[in-house]
Amino acid sequence: MIETVYLSIVIAPLLGALIAGLLHRQVGRRGAQWAALLGVGLSCVLSFYVLYRFVFLDQPDFNGNVYTWMAVDGYGFYVGFLVDHLTALMIAVVTFVSLMVHIYTIAYMADDPGYQRFFSYIALFTFSMLMLVMANNFLQLFFGWEAVGLVSYLLIGFWYKRPTAIAANLKAFIVNRVGDFGFLLGIAAVLAYFGTLSYAEVFAGAPIVAGETMEIIPGRPSGVITVICLLLFVGAMAKSAQIPLHVWLPDSMEGPTPISALIHAATMVTAGIFMVARMSPLFEFSETARVVVLVIGAMTASFMGLVGIVQNDIKRVIAYSTISQLGYMTVALGASAYAGAIFHLVTHAFFKALLFLAAGSVIIALHHEQDMRKMGGLRKLMPVTYWTFLIGALALIGFPGLSGYFSKDAIIEAAHLSNQHYSNAVYWTILSSVFVTALYTFRMVFMTFHGEPRMDDKILSHVRESPAVITVPLLMLAILSVIVGAIVAGPLLFERWFGDSIFVLAQNDVLTQMGLGWHGPLAFVLHAIRNPAFYFMLAGVFTAWVFYIWKPELPGVIAKRLSLFYRILVNKYGFDELYQNVIVRGSVGLGRFAWRYGDQALIDDGLVNGAARVVKQASASVRRIQTGYLFQYAFAMILGLVALLSVFVVWQVYGV
Amino acid sequence: MSQLPILSIVIWLPALVGVLLIVAVRSRQTARWLALLTSLVTFGVSLQLYAGFDTSTAAMQFVEHRSWIPGLNINYALGIDGIALPLILLTTFISVLVFISGWSVIQSRVQQYLGAFLILQGFMSGVFAALDGVLFYVFFEGMLVPMFLIIGIWGGPNRVYATLKFFLYTFFGSVFTLIALVYLYFSSGTWVIAEWYVMPLSLTEQTWIFLALLVAFAVKVPMWPVHTWLPDAHVEAPTGGSVVLAAVMLKVGGYGFLRFSLPITPDASSELAWLVIGLSLVAVVYIGFVALAQDDLKKLIAYSSIAHMGFVTLGTFAIYMIARQNSGMQGAVLGLEGAMVQMISHGLISGALFLCVGVLYDRMHSRMISDYGGVVNTMPWFAALLVLFAMANAGLPGTSGFVGEFMVIMASFKANVWYAVLAATTLVLGAAYTLWMVKRVVFGDVGNERVATLTDINGREALVLGSLAVGVVLLGVWPDPLVEVMHASVDQLLNQATQSKLAVTIVQGG
Repeated sequence: MIETVYLSIVIAPLLGALIAGLLHRQVGRRGAQWAALLGVGLSCVLSFYVLYRFVFLDQPDFNGNVYTWMAVDGYGFYVGFLVDHLTALMIAVVTFVSLMVHIYTIAYMADDPGYQRFFSYIALFTFSMLMLVMANNFLQLFFGWEAVGLVSYLLIGFWYKRPTAIAANLKAFIVNRVGDFGFLLGIAAVLAYFGTLSYAEVFAGAPIVAGETMEIIPGRPSGVITVICLLLFVGAMAKSAQIPLHVWLPDSMEGPTPISALIHAATMVTAGIFMVARMSPLFEFSETARVVVLVIGAMTASFMGLVGIVQNDIKRVIAYSTISQLGYMTVALGASAYAGAIFHLVTHAFFKALLFLAAGSVIIALHHEQDMRKMGGLRKLMPVTYWTFLIGALALIGFPGLSGYFSKDAIIEAAHLSNQHYSNAVYWTILSSVFVTALYTFRMVFMTFHGEPRMDDKILSHVRESPAVITVPLLMLAILSVIVGAIVAGPLLFERWFGDSIFVLAQNDVLTQMGLGWHGPLAFVLHAIRNPAFYFMLAGVFTAWVFYIWKPELPGVIAKRLSLFYRILVNKYGFDELYQNVIVRGSVGLGRFAWRYGDQALIDDGLVNGAARVVKQASASVRRIQTGYLFQYAFAMILGLVALLSVFVVWQVYGV
Repeated sequence: MSQLPILSIVIWLPALVGVLLIVAVRSRQTARWLALLTSLVTFGVSLQLYAGFDTSTAAMQFVEHRSWIPGLNINYALGIDGIALPLILLTTFISVLVFISGWSVIQSRVQQYLGAFLILQGFMSGVFAALDGVLFYVFFEGMLVPMFLIIGIWGGPNRVYATLKFFLYTFFGSVFTLIALVYLYFSSGTWVIAEWYVMPLSLTEQTWIFLALLVAFAVKVPMWPVHTWLPDAHVEAPTGGSVVLAAVMLKVGGYGFLRFSLPITPDASSELAWLVIGLSLVAVVYIGFVALAQDDLKKLIAYSSIAHMGFVTLGTFAIYMIARQNSGMQGAVLGLEGAMVQMISHGLISGALFLCVGVLYDRMHSRMISDYGGVVNTMPWFAALLVLFAMANAGLPGTSGFVGEFMVIMASFKANVWYAVLAATTLVLGAAYTLWMVKRVVFGDVGNERVATLTDINGREALVLGSLAVGVVLLGVWPDPLVEVMHASVDQLLNQATQSKLAVTIVQGG
């Protein structure tokens, strides 16, 4: 019975996508919209039913295969599901945010000629994401992993006439492929050393394989588990936009805003975080890998947050914020606080989807204006959007009591308590980033909603609050952004709600250590005043207020004074330029060079045409003498051959 | 023989109808219908091979055996195993699509064109079904002639150069094959290929035979550095010619390694595996970069074909490196079957891509990427299919393109981590050259007035591309039925390929 529920959760959005996509002409706009909505809606209801069973009814884990993808060479490759506490939580978050985005889309994309296509894509995305989080083996994980990448590619390039959109989606796909390069090699290493791709078997075998080494560079053995984890993490770095593979995510903002919320904030980009948490039984056995994870996460959290301060496109601010927050989650993973990472993933999914959707509400009200310098003063004109955006912003900066407070504080505390190498530096880095987060977030709030309106009068006169299909998802997400932290912090972080889904070695278990000081959510909120993060946050908001409300001329002065620093941030540390000029141009240049000098000059002119030229000249003269005859001879030859052989066959088989 | 000689029918029905078309049919329309009907019937008959195939045995099935030239021990011997069967089905399937797709495209010498294709189809099936060395060679050489004609008569402006280059390369290879086959005959006194598997051969003999066969098969695959005929041949060939060339003819090279090199010269194959693997990896990486630099759609797909076929040879020869690891042979079958799957999958995908280029060429008469842009605006269904095939070409899971690459990368990781690392660069390179092409051709605003006047695919084109799309997705979602027919034969092949023929076994790993 429960198997049918699991299968339906996956199949329903797929059916919706197929109907909306392949039959878009037959079912029309409304038909496509309802097909996707009902598919994802059903999936969401069932997912919450599953979550309910796991929370209240002690639902046992499910681990089973649906069908054999391929059985070869003693290996079994399957499509199958693992539904445990981690999965149950993930599917609820994914389908809920997806449903909100589906509803929101009705209004946001109302005038778009690609209405059906859009619904088809986002339903297909939901299917792919569910396949990813419900996988019970690495192969299916990779399936889902690539499928969400495909849909992301299609959606970033949704407005395919825009040159920037189709440049961004190509970039997103290729950068993610760099990650997949590592990811697939990681899977190959798993298969080579475990002989299976099934999670259960691999995790069971991890303690045994933990002692093995392999020689990638002859004579220099490295731990097998370390190699596997680092390779898998390369995949996570691309998907979850960690330095230096983060470059695609800001550009992905070229896609329609609903998908920025769903794919590039709440769900797909967190797939890397989810994957590492899922692989905790492997990562626990590699300290080296965890140190790398920790450091990369901290660098991403702080460097990308800083870039957010100098962005003027509202979606890009939120995008850099997303990268920075993903960095926080990565830090949690590196500190073995996997549950903390997932907790922040969940709260972030709600408040970041909320911020994106609210930003979209602003963008659509201003006729697709995304530049914050042309916004301002929208507080009174769009009250629902303003208040929900503000809630999202407060949750993001970790205002005490809101969901982000619980999850982010857990991560900072985990880094504090961790015994990993560099954990001290990491702690101070992410603590100071709290200031940065508050600064860019409230810069955005003030520039968008406060002060004087800076758009032209014509647009201003048309600004009004968005319709219910937009504000209702905002309100729903706002409610969750407020309450979800307080409700789930205890069970998720300290009461081992995840059970066997997440594995932590006793000596790394920072969350249990932290749990000793846990006296319920209220005490935790009150504890804020003794917490340095709280003051970093207040300082950030205050600074934003000074810069963008009280003394708006200050940012310009500072930018001039610190022009080097400012330019580094505006240029985003030069990653894009480096990649474009060195890697992209270099590759194409190398290709041209290889083609011209390798294929054409060396092989063709050197080896082949030496011979060919002689024949060609000869044939040219032959051709002049008896045009066309050459081929007739050839025809005669082939006819003769066929005739000869077939006479024989007919004679032998049917004759004598 | 009480049964119908199915293999003979699959080979000779199209070949004879082909002759009939050339010499006796006057009406073009009759010729078209006759060719289509023949290919459909042949495909239907070939499905009987699948239906009646016994997956539990490695023995040749549907065997036909007749003495042909008794004085020289030459036999008309046909039969298939799990390695030949998928390739024959690929041949008969692709042929049907070629006749449908070329329905109204070719207007000059229609009967000869269709006739040449039917003969070609028959011969290609013959190559995969021949159990006798001479018969194999006759088909192997024979199939070149119709292809030579197809490019030379119905090809583009530079067709003579392309045909000559094609001819020179393959002729060069053929000479060596013939020498090798004749040597094998004189040493064993038989032309039966299976007998050659068990005949003793010294390492020196094996090495020479291996190298001779390598030249021929490497040209066919084609492997770097004997690949430069392929882009030219594709560029000049008419669409149907490109499709058959890419989808089926290249597979003869890969098939040759499996049918001849590995089992006949196991020790030389093992000794020289490094060479073939090295060339394969050059094909994957170097050709991947070269493909990036292409401005011509057909050249791009041709280079992409070379890179993808690199996986076939890599998977095939990785087994020897797995053997040297001394950690069991698990992974070897994965490599061999991965090579096979890659061949079938590449047949479907490259065929589809060349058909897509054909669809564009028929409308715009240009193969240059820069002449396009924004095709999706005027041809949405076509764009959707092209994106699907492009994704398959980039090895996206859920398409057949992923399966073979996945299997070969998994296997080569067991052979040597660095093989896998280099092979896996295709994830980035393959996506880069394929999707960059898609970006420039399909996406963007309408590029020019000619793109603005394009019309979307018609029912005929939709049928052809649609059936390939179904095949590509089906194999990607559920490849088990395909590999299932191979297991028994590949197991046996692995035994033969790793069983030393030398009296004193060479110490592996030395």
